[in-house]
Amino acid sequence: MKILVAVKRVIDYNVQIRIKEDGSGVNTDNVKMSTNPPDDNAIEEAVKLKESGKAKEVVAVTIGEEKSQETVRKALAVGADKGIHVKSENYIEPLGIAKILKKIVEKEKPDLVFLGKQAIDDDCNQTGQMLAAMLDWPQGTFASKIEHKDKVIEVTREVDEGLETIQINLPAIITCDLRLNEPRFASLPNIMKAKKKPIEQLNAKDLGVDISNRIEQIKVEEPPKRKAGIKVANVAELVSKLKNEAKVI
Amino acid sequence: MSILLIAEHNNSNLKVFTLNTITAASKIDQEIHVLVAGYKCESVAKEVTEIPLVKKVILCDSLIYENFLAENLTPLIVKVSEPYTHIIASANTFGKNFMPRVSALLDSSQISDVIKINNAEEFLRPIYAGNAFATVKSKDKKKCITIRPTSFDPAAKSGGSASIEKIEPSDCKNTCKFIKREETKSERPELGTARIVVSGGRGMQSGENFKLINSIADKLNAAVGASRAAVDAGYIGNDHQVGQTGKVVVPDLYIAVGISGAIQHLAGMKESKVIVAINKDGEAPIFSIADYGLEADLFDALPQFLDELNKLNTIQK
Repeated sequence: MKILVAVKRVIDYNVQIRIKEDGSGVNTDNVKMSTNPPDDNAIEEAVKLKESGKAKEVVAVTIGEEKSQETVRKALAVGADKGIHVKSENYIEPLGIAKILKKIVEKEKPDLVFLGKQAIDDDCNQTGQMLAAMLDWPQGTFASKIEHKDKVIEVTREVDEGLETIQINLPAIITCDLRLNEPRFASLPNIMKAKKKPIEQLNAKDLGVDISNRIEQIKVEEPPKRKAGIKVANVAELVSKLKNEAKVI
Repeated sequence: MSILLIAEHNNSNLKVFTLNTITAASKIDQEIHVLVAGYKCESVAKEVTEIPLVKKVILCDSLIYENFLAENLTPLIVKVSEPYTHIIASANTFGKNFMPRVSALLDSSQISDVIKINNAEEFLRPIYAGNAFATVKSKDKKKCITIRPTSFDPAAKSGGSASIEKIEPSDCKNTCKFIKREETKSERPELGTARIVVSGGRGMQSGENFKLINSIADKLNAAVGASRAAVDAGYIGNDHQVGQTGKVVVPDLYIAVGISGAIQHLAGMKESKVIVAINKDGEAPIFSIADYGLEADLFDALPQFLDELNKLNTIQK
């Protein structure tokens, strides 16, 4: 079995973002960037399947500017065998990203594609499902547990009501929830070894797909600030305020 | 213009968030048609006909839609969507699962998690876990949109009399099979829709100590929430998690106990109408967004809180 894992480079989740003064977006200059957190779970799960002998090869792919290669290099350091970097200097919407990934799937012919369930920058939660539709493959979204059984895979999904379990035929798309596993850290020797692993470079515009953006971002602004609250001295005062001032109990 | 809205239900009852999504849709256009796809779900279709904002109900009743699998729903929605300009669903795990599939097949760029409708083309949506708001304009002819239900009031449920059109199911490939659903049963209100939420964090120190939270929740008829730290420590199940990786809640009153206020958690509750923080660390970031902060040891404060509540003659339910 061959697994393709898609990874995205985003602003590190611990960074407090800063909005550009002209409202054109979020400042990414000199900001710490990392792999999108659930994408780390996606790589981890693929590598675990390889270690258990169920997968033969793990290929990591990213789409983005030159520096996005770091996310592929990190995937190689934790166990992926080969990397692909599709270069694009501009932001591409999930629809365009899914079209590019479809091209990569047609070329690499994986049995499974793992993605994070959502990127923590644009919070779209679309790419995996879009790719699945374009390939006409089944999907297991928001996966918190997977069990591979020959030609099918059983996926436990985190849904609003609790948990849902489905069985999907291969080939399939899995989008990973943060609870799927505990991503490992790359060891220094593995980081060194990863430098020798191949990364294939492609250009997004050479792939023959329409990646034009359909959504115009008019402005990005700070969310409304909450007014500063007060500190109460004791529990009696708190309950009195809730009852008589806020009138919520 | 006209809107196709996909109803969320359990084959017996409409899920309440569909009402909030209908309100959002009505800010785009008044011609709202609702697709009810399920199995033996005629009662749901009838329920929807009574919603005054709904002009028509499209009912597709078939075993293949019993469990709302995205693989099966997508071809149906794509087929039905033909005459409509906007295809809308709730931005919860129901809508998030199939809408991008629909969007991809229509070659339309989806707009996720809309919290405000400016006009038929322009929408406001949170990005970076709600740390920024983006105003976006869709250039696609057919727009696929998911709505964050808690940002809109629920539509009225009765007084309408829409017609029902029954349609045939679409083909599907049977590549996905439903196995089971484990719903979390609780006597308390559901976290996503509760008027009051009482949440515990790492400061609770153990699962056993959550009984302090539970007793206050019972007194206030509140749902019980938790921070990711408390869930990861195994104090409480993940279905209680509030935050970027859990549920987004917008109750009238949110009480955060022993929660420091990581960005991750704030993303899930900072739109609450009134926020109370109880924490012994006076510097905890949660105090910066709390309307009422109490700097105290929660193991002293919670029993006192319960005592004070017991002293009240009336408590709003």
